[in-house]
Amino acid sequence: MSLDLVANTVIGGALTGLVYGLMALGLSVIFGVVRVVNFAHGEMMTIAMYATVALFSALDLDPFVAVVPIAAAFFAAGYLLQAGLINPFITRPEHSQFMLLVALAIIIVNALLMAFGPDARTAQLDYLLDPIELGPLLIDRGKLAAAAVACVASAALFAFFRYTLTGTAIRACADNYLGAAVVGIRIRHLYALTFGLGAACVGVAGCMMVLLVDVTPALGPAYTLLAFVIVIVGGLGSLTGALLGGVLIGVSEALAGVLFVPSAKSMFSFALLVLVLLFRPQGLLGRRT
Amino acid sequence: MSSQPRNLSLNRRKFNRALAGAGAAAALAPFGIVRAQATRLKVGVLLPRSGFQGFIGQSCQKGADLAPEVIKAMLGVDIELMNADTETNVDVARTRAERLIQDGAHVLIGAFDSGQSSAIAQVAEQRGVPYIVNIAAAPQITEQGYKFVFRNFQTAADIVRNGLALIADLFQATNTVPRKAVFMHVNDTFGQAMAKGIGAFMPRLTNLPFKIVDTISYDPAAKDLTVEVSKAKAANADFLLLVSRLNDAILLRREMVKQRWQPMGVVSPGSPGMYEEQFFKTLGKLSEYCISNVPWYNPKAELTAVVEKAFLKRNPKDKLVYHGLNAGFTFEAILIAADAFKRARSTDPKTLADAIRQTHITSKMMLGGPIKFNEKGQVEGIGSACVQNLNLKPTVVLPASAAETKPVFPMPGYKA
Amino acid sequence: MNRRAVQWLGALAALLIALPALAGSYLLSLATLILFFAYTGQAWNVMMGFAGQLSLGHALYVGVGAYAAAALFVHFGIGPWAGLWLALALCALLGAAIGFLAFRFGISGVYFALLTIAFAEFTRIGFEHFDWVGASGGLFLKVAQREHTDLVNLRGSPAMFYYVMLALTAAAFGFCAWLARSRAGYYWLAIRENEEAAQALGIHTFRYKMLAVLVSSAMTAPAGVFFAFYYNNLFPEQIFNISRSIEIILGPIIGGLGTLFGPILGAAVLTVLADGLTELVAAVGWEVPGVKQVFYGVVLLGVVMFLPQGIWPALARRLGIGASGGR
Repeated sequence: MSLDLVANTVIGGALTGLVYGLMALGLSVIFGVVRVVNFAHGEMMTIAMYATVALFSALDLDPFVAVVPIAAAFFAAGYLLQAGLINPFITRPEHSQFMLLVALAIIIVNALLMAFGPDARTAQLDYLLDPIELGPLLIDRGKLAAAAVACVASAALFAFFRYTLTGTAIRACADNYLGAAVVGIRIRHLYALTFGLGAACVGVAGCMMVLLVDVTPALGPAYTLLAFVIVIVGGLGSLTGALLGGVLIGVSEALAGVLFVPSAKSMFSFALLVLVLLFRPQGLLGRRT
Repeated sequence: MSSQPRNLSLNRRKFNRALAGAGAAAALAPFGIVRAQATRLKVGVLLPRSGFQGFIGQSCQKGADLAPEVIKAMLGVDIELMNADTETNVDVARTRAERLIQDGAHVLIGAFDSGQSSAIAQVAEQRGVPYIVNIAAAPQITEQGYKFVFRNFQTAADIVRNGLALIADLFQATNTVPRKAVFMHVNDTFGQAMAKGIGAFMPRLTNLPFKIVDTISYDPAAKDLTVEVSKAKAANADFLLLVSRLNDAILLRREMVKQRWQPMGVVSPGSPGMYEEQFFKTLGKLSEYCISNVPWYNPKAELTAVVEKAFLKRNPKDKLVYHGLNAGFTFEAILIAADAFKRARSTDPKTLADAIRQTHITSKMMLGGPIKFNEKGQVEGIGSACVQNLNLKPTVVLPASAAETKPVFPMPGYKA
Repeated sequence: MNRRAVQWLGALAALLIALPALAGSYLLSLATLILFFAYTGQAWNVMMGFAGQLSLGHALYVGVGAYAAAALFVHFGIGPWAGLWLALALCALLGAAIGFLAFRFGISGVYFALLTIAFAEFTRIGFEHFDWVGASGGLFLKVAQREHTDLVNLRGSPAMFYYVMLALTAAAFGFCAWLARSRAGYYWLAIRENEEAAQALGIHTFRYKMLAVLVSSAMTAPAGVFFAFYYNNLFPEQIFNISRSIEIILGPIIGGLGTLFGPILGAAVLTVLADGLTELVAAVGWEVPGVKQVFYGVVLLGVVMFLPQGIWPALARRLGIGASGGR
């Protein structure tokens, strides 16, 4: 078990984890503010991945360029989805929300199957195949670039929530629904806006994920689960928590793969989830409500 | 309790009625009166055309679709296909099989996956309808003492044995003596069966010059195989012995390039993935030189040429070579059914099953000895070929009698 | 239950008992599948519909029950009726563990659901490496010839399996009807509606929530045993899969959460719908893979949006049985 192997693994895990973190960020925003149990989160990301692949194969559009229109499109779609379909469900019991989104997820996965077929698709960028060498370390260029974009997107989101008026208003809604309404904040519009932002995160994450993974219609459910695990481990309502959770999960899975049987490495994420749920249910960086 | 707006009640009533109607229609759909048509054989084709194994099922379907035409010309027999989608789900496989039999299928073929094939086998045996397995490697399917289940495909043990033997031939043909191999395998039903087979056969085969220095099993659902490849690279082996599926094969190959790991070769002792079209389409020139030792069609056989022509007619933008295994074995399964029908001159299931048991087909498409079932309903002597990716298509390089060109090993760019 | 209800129930019972004689083997296999999902849905309903705990990992109990009985049969030749006890014990134990962990630490709602998913996935991966029961290669039971009916070893014709499942479902129905009217049933109703108020009234919420989880998980075990002996092969990937967990809960939610008849109706509607759609799609000729599931999803969406209480309450009103469907 050489140190090089472990070091390379940890770095790779951390980079991938940042992209996962961005995806989870979207969920944290959606779940944390709008309180919707988005069980179609992974499927939304799969759509983003397919959109990237389609743009790449049809227009030769580099994913780093495509990320902007895709984020915009997802923002719009998220806004409309929330305002149109999901809004009436906010007050419904959780299992109702869950069923709504499961039904949506089924439709999405199979529509993708109809449109793109079951084969794995990717956007293979040849300039990303060569790794960066830093002594004994080999750093995957694609992972590094994707992680960088994820960080930029997250920073933009943080800035929005911290420094803009709308962002503050949204945080107010999350903290105290009634109080926000009393103060005159247009809650419905803000909810839709928030969902849109969460969706945009997913869009960017999906666009970058294509550089790391090949997309098939069946990817959705696994990512949904992963997003929830990260959000809970990191802490609901904490944006840095989502990123941190992502990195933590990425690194722990990678290490588990190195130290133990690789085929069982997913068990660690679930074990971590159970432990967090039991001993620190607000997550590592979450606030106790 | 939310109050329902008045205009919704009409929708609910309509909805329920429509639902009841659809349900009744489905339940009472024509029971498929079995007409005594001794002139036409109805073949039920059960394949996973949607769900996780969808692309393989669709590949197999291409072999089924061209069968009626080719068989009519060859044997003068009329075949009617009844296609059903198992949706990669064992519940659906079972009910679809029942449905096909009810609708008058005389013979069933399918279903690629061992779990679904087992479920269908039970239905077929229960109802006394012959079932010919086109592709499924779990040995248990023909170990249950069934009288109506037949398989024209290798069991996992045969695949491993043939695969390892071909590896020995490969080294001989290229005058190489690799000493160390690292074995990576996907941790699913097929991968595990292959791993067990390798564990059992390797000690017995004394003409293999290499030892397996490390075994790495990985999750079939894993989307990131960085760690696994790092571990494999760290084993410092001469070549990679790989049992995988298509998606993970693509991921692994790309990851090998990214981690600058250039072994002597990537050799599969018998698994899908590296010879499939998507592998070439996605990886481009990175797919070159990968080797798969799998049951394959004989490129020099007469029947192959006939099937290829029919394939191109129906799929002008496609090539048979990308569907060689899937389409080939599916076609042969239907061929067996038709041949039995011709001899039996009846569509009675029991008579057909007896006729299938007497099958002896020498003019076939897939490599190996004649199609002849042993007392367990298994064909013995199905051959494997060493198929190497050359010029962006799978090319038979061994055995020499069926080879299209010579094998390349080690692959260029190999760093000792 | 009013007289109307008894009449309808009687007619249904007669139909179900006579089904193997009336229907072809395709319909019979479909009916067996419906009963399987009706039974597991009913078991899940105890936890959710009665006690308000959303379990999204119920496939765990089906799988553990199946593997327990199958392993005993394959390795020691112990028949399913004896193996059933081990299955019941293991499932109850698991349910108790999950319940204890959750309720002790105050986990509820979505978090509880995720906990159940985590356990199911953890077990799935665990079984994929569990060599004694075949690991991911699968566990195969030896299939005997089906000439005669061997109830002791659960070997026989599809009709036999149908009747076993019918008996199980009927027993579950009766059991749940009794449960609903028992003291536990009313306590659960209170806990579901408002847990804090229930506690204030002096109801020992922890104890009764644990009871619900125990009953639900133990009840699911026989379904697993049935599955093992009906299909004769088990793969961890298939039986512990989250899609199975979702299949189990679709029936009760579509049919009517918390009602007695909801899970049964839901299972029937969904299975018939799925099969009907396959026929429809084939008849129309639009056989693109995935089409049928898209329609299926759309129907689910429709029911969730327009019939939030499920189909049964509305149907019951129409049939004049009563708004809460026999509870």
